[in-house]
Amino acid sequence: MMFLTDGDLQALMLSLELASSVTAILLLIGTPIAWWLAHSRAWWKVLISVTVAMPLVLPPSVLGFYLLIAMGPQGPLGVLTHALGIAPLPFSFAGLLVASVLYALPFMVQPLQNAFEALGDQPLEVAATLRASPWDAFFTVVLPLTWPAFLTAITLCFAHTVGEFGVVLMIGGNLPGITRVASLQIFDHVEALEYAEANHLALTLLLFSFLVLLWVYARQPARQQGGTS
Amino acid sequence: MNDIIARFQLDRPGFQLDVDLVLPGRGVTALFGTSGSGKTSLLRCIAGLERALNGLLSVSGEVWQDKSIWLAPHRRPMGYVFQEASLFAHLSVMGNLQYGIKRAKSDQPVNFEHIVGLLGIEHLLQRQPQKLSGGERQRVAIARALLIHPKILLMDEPLAALDAQRKQDIFPYLERLRDELAIPILYVSHDHHEVARLADHLVVLEAGRVISNSPLTVAMAQPDQRFQRDEDIGSVLDGQVSEIDRRWHLARLDFPDGGLWMRDHGLPVGKKVRLLILARDVSLARHPPEQSSIQNSLQGRITAILDDTHPGLALVQVSVGASLLLARLTRRAAATLNLQIGDNVWVQVKSVALI
Repeated sequence: MMFLTDGDLQALMLSLELASSVTAILLLIGTPIAWWLAHSRAWWKVLISVTVAMPLVLPPSVLGFYLLIAMGPQGPLGVLTHALGIAPLPFSFAGLLVASVLYALPFMVQPLQNAFEALGDQPLEVAATLRASPWDAFFTVVLPLTWPAFLTAITLCFAHTVGEFGVVLMIGGNLPGITRVASLQIFDHVEALEYAEANHLALTLLLFSFLVLLWVYARQPARQQGGTS
Repeated sequence: MNDIIARFQLDRPGFQLDVDLVLPGRGVTALFGTSGSGKTSLLRCIAGLERALNGLLSVSGEVWQDKSIWLAPHRRPMGYVFQEASLFAHLSVMGNLQYGIKRAKSDQPVNFEHIVGLLGIEHLLQRQPQKLSGGERQRVAIARALLIHPKILLMDEPLAALDAQRKQDIFPYLERLRDELAIPILYVSHDHHEVARLADHLVVLEAGRVISNSPLTVAMAQPDQRFQRDEDIGSVLDGQVSEIDRRWHLARLDFPDGGLWMRDHGLPVGKKVRLLILARDVSLARHPPEQSSIQNSLQGRITAILDDTHPGLALVQVSVGASLLLARLTRRAAATLNLQIGDNVWVQVKSVALI
């Protein structure tokens, strides 16, 4: 007998697909948010900070519940998707994606924001005096000096999304091949009293999480402080 | 029209900058002031790192900022040397130097060897910035700024983070820059020794305003407590070695409309030097001094009598042709000799220092 069933593998693949997509999307939207939070002096910056950090403390069911309402036919997201002619978000992979992006947002933004703040303005100013445009300076100075933070953020987002349960259950339902990710598959095994199968998949996720965190923590001392010397 | 015209107003909490300056388009102009005087803010406005309202900035005839124009810092053909720690930690020394060269797209060929040699960093090119001493880092930073062919070099207290020994080590390089570069250098400093040694022109700032803007030799002969400390009040003259007296181990230093003998320090004839003559080492006489141990005696005319730091003292400014000297006298001596502005006097100089 195989260690994992076909259903397990399908759920695992779905988890990896979801986590990869969430991480990629968050790189694109989380980086500018982190940059803005690190550099803005607007008084309402603290409101954005708090909003971004909310998923850290909210029960996933709370976030999931309100997202479900928002995505429903009367909710703002539901109205929007209907107006755009897109399929409704609840119980779809796209809906899962939207929810997961919101849920993992602080794991992308906070490490990056800290790194950008630690880097300070000076490396950018130095780059500007050497004729580098702001975009040029971001890719040739900021990225090379903060990549450890990017690695941390990517890893945390990915791992956190794989480990999600409450939000995906609320938004995704539990549809095989569409929204049944690995964490839900374990739940199903347990419900069906298939403890051996649950153990196999759970052990896989446990090892995965342990190795990912080990990798992140082991890297910590290599982090650079500041950007210029 | 090669001058630098700079007009800025900055309004920050607890600090205002309000300057309107015309600066020479060549040589070293020192921006001098205590911390909080606005000297660094002024430099940052010129670099475009700070955006001033109602600004006007033109460098060598090119407008960088006015009502309708605002060049972003990376579009300004300047070199900028920061106070400290400005080398990119992820690049080697060579990588740091190349960073600017690649982006400057200068039509002039990059004289890499010359500038690297000028700053004496040939042996450091493969090193990482973290492995350099403070003085070496600043030399690399200066070279990096020069390699992009700037039209102006802006230096924000480049020596402030260095200890006294490192400062002494780096000074000869700065003097070489001053003597060899054709571009103007704006040099922010709060150290009047540095300024007296390096600058050709001096701007003194206080609380965000310009309180003096003149050639260094003129500024030094109009002592201002905000610039000079009591003991150091003296005049600065630019001259060159004109004659060596081998028998008595003396060297003659000529400056505009005059000359002085001092100990021979082994400098060759023709070498350009800067002299500091402290006011306390200068005395005045009505008649040509005879049988005095003071051998340096010049004819001059009193141009000003200024208050000194102590009520018993006066500073008398004397012009020897185009050169200005200061003499520190007691008020009583000045009264006894009945010194008046316009009088012809003999100036006796007891001691001269090369700076």
